[in-house]
Amino acid sequence: MSKPAQIAKTVLSHVVLAAVAMTMLVPFFWMLATSFKPLTEVESGRFLPVQWQTRYEVDPARPGEFTRVNNYLEVIASSVPDRRIPFAQYYFNSLFIAGWVTVLQVLTSAMAAFAFTRIRWPGREQVFLMYLATLMIPGVVTLIPNYALFERLGLLNTYSGLIIPAAFTAFGTFLLRQFMFSVPLSLDEAAEMDGASRSCIFWDVVLPLARPGLITLAIFTFMGSWQAFFWPLVMIKDEWLRTLPIGLLVFDSMQGRETQLIMAASVMTMLPLVVLFVVGQKYFVKGIQLGAVKG
Amino acid sequence: MTPLAPSKVHKRDLSEVGWSFQRARNRKDLFSALGFLLPNFLGFLLFTTFPVFVSLLASFTNWDIRPGVPLRWVGLLNFRDMFSDPDFYQYLWNTVYLMFGIPFSIAGSLILALILNRKLRGIVAYRTMFYIPTITSGVALFVMWKAIYNPDFGFLNLSLDWLISHGGINWFRENLLHTAPITFEQLPKWHLDPDWAKPALILMGIWAGVGGGNMLLYLAGLSNIPPELYEAADLDGAAPWAKFWNVTWPQLAPTTFFVVIMSVIGGLQGGFEVARVMTNGGPAGATTTLGYYIYNKAFLEFRLGYACTVSWTMFLAILVITLIQWRTGSRYVESAT
Repeated sequence: MSKPAQIAKTVLSHVVLAAVAMTMLVPFFWMLATSFKPLTEVESGRFLPVQWQTRYEVDPARPGEFTRVNNYLEVIASSVPDRRIPFAQYYFNSLFIAGWVTVLQVLTSAMAAFAFTRIRWPGREQVFLMYLATLMIPGVVTLIPNYALFERLGLLNTYSGLIIPAAFTAFGTFLLRQFMFSVPLSLDEAAEMDGASRSCIFWDVVLPLARPGLITLAIFTFMGSWQAFFWPLVMIKDEWLRTLPIGLLVFDSMQGRETQLIMAASVMTMLPLVVLFVVGQKYFVKGIQLGAVKG
Repeated sequence: MTPLAPSKVHKRDLSEVGWSFQRARNRKDLFSALGFLLPNFLGFLLFTTFPVFVSLLASFTNWDIRPGVPLRWVGLLNFRDMFSDPDFYQYLWNTVYLMFGIPFSIAGSLILALILNRKLRGIVAYRTMFYIPTITSGVALFVMWKAIYNPDFGFLNLSLDWLISHGGINWFRENLLHTAPITFEQLPKWHLDPDWAKPALILMGIWAGVGGGNMLLYLAGLSNIPPELYEAADLDGAAPWAKFWNVTWPQLAPTTFFVVIMSVIGGLQGGFEVARVMTNGGPAGATTTLGYYIYNKAFLEFRLGYACTVSWTMFLAILVITLIQWRTGSRYVESAT
């Protein structure tokens, strides 16, 4: 191909990609801009706020009392009793639950993947096939009996009820199995020759080498738990146990027209995910491509 | 029978020693394997395998969690109820309708991957931006779109209105077509209008999915195509279009196969979360999918048995459709690669 044609093609590619990128980002910019508007400007039709709502102000007539002119602080400060919603509490709940789910799921999946890749035992492939088969089952099929089970166990409306069912998944086992196959078996054998026990091999040989896999699964699990919707929606009755998605849903249906507050709450809900994604992007992309190798 | 030669006896003894050693090792292996597997396996049995069978059995009962309703075996009654419920067919249709976005979404992902694959500058930055909707997907994203689609002050209608009045469309209509200008009130009411609700959700779904996981899978697929194939095509003087249809598309067949199957599985069971947040299944049931129907039956009407019937039917439908796709698809993949 001639040089000018080559350049024209490159320019065209960039134009298309930039247009798509704009389409992806503009809704988020609008959300961000709206979250800094005062209520009076929300329906004005201007993209950017005229009066940016970025600070707390002290009313000189009433010293010691603050006039809130920051939507973010207004949403967060709602955790003060008699305010609208305990958003700070939702934040804590989501972090607490996602943290525990991530630790438990990575640990149990790593152990199971170890049993599926490093030890030979009769029925290994059959049991794994059973794990794989369940990946196709829609969530609602298991959700209803689980709801009844947790009601019977008295775990409805508790942290443990939100953490436990998410701590054991076929997907995590499947993903880490893929990663552990790439750790050479000869390392186990060498360690065994030196008299290392199975648990030594697990903790000191395989886990350190499977670290990229563990990080990938941890990112997936954390994000999945942060976004979890159906289970918390049916499980939680108590306002103080709500996770961010459930809190946001309730907030959205209660606030109605105060869009600037809802947008501020949405930004705060999304932000940790975006940060996590940008930081751990390398692992994320790899995980998606690996998770699909065998479907 | 001739007596065994001494050397043979010796050999057999040794192998027997080895065999029992092997057996001891196997048993030790089995126990340690169980130790590692057990935490995950017990949870898996209790929260995945066991509920699947409970759900199957429950679909033949009148299971109801309100107190005072005795559990009874009702046979196929739930299935008969389901198939004679006109709502069921409407929600089934909604579910299928919402899946019409899938081919557009997949085609978009492929096109983006093809452009990104041309070793340009800033690919990682583009990829990151394209992926942001997938990362943030969930209640917060749907709440954002609910505000964007708002017919009175949402970003979409305000922008459309600006484009129509300042971008020349109304000028064109008034001066050349001599038709009335389009007013703000005539713009679609998006998720609040029964006719527009499903297209609105489809548009949002394409926006959210086009730069996501499918695009990443296509990128991985493209990087796995051996460059020799393109070199050979160049030697034959193939046009870019011919290269796409004769090299790229067949080489990507396994990826397309996987992406289509996963999208269909997701589409058949999906739609609950977005509808719960944006439309409550409305207006007039226009966005209630099968998943939402199951939720309503189980957690608003407390008819757990009936909800299990619908969810198992959905599961079977997914299974059958996936198997059909698998059979036709793998034949195609094999002939293509």
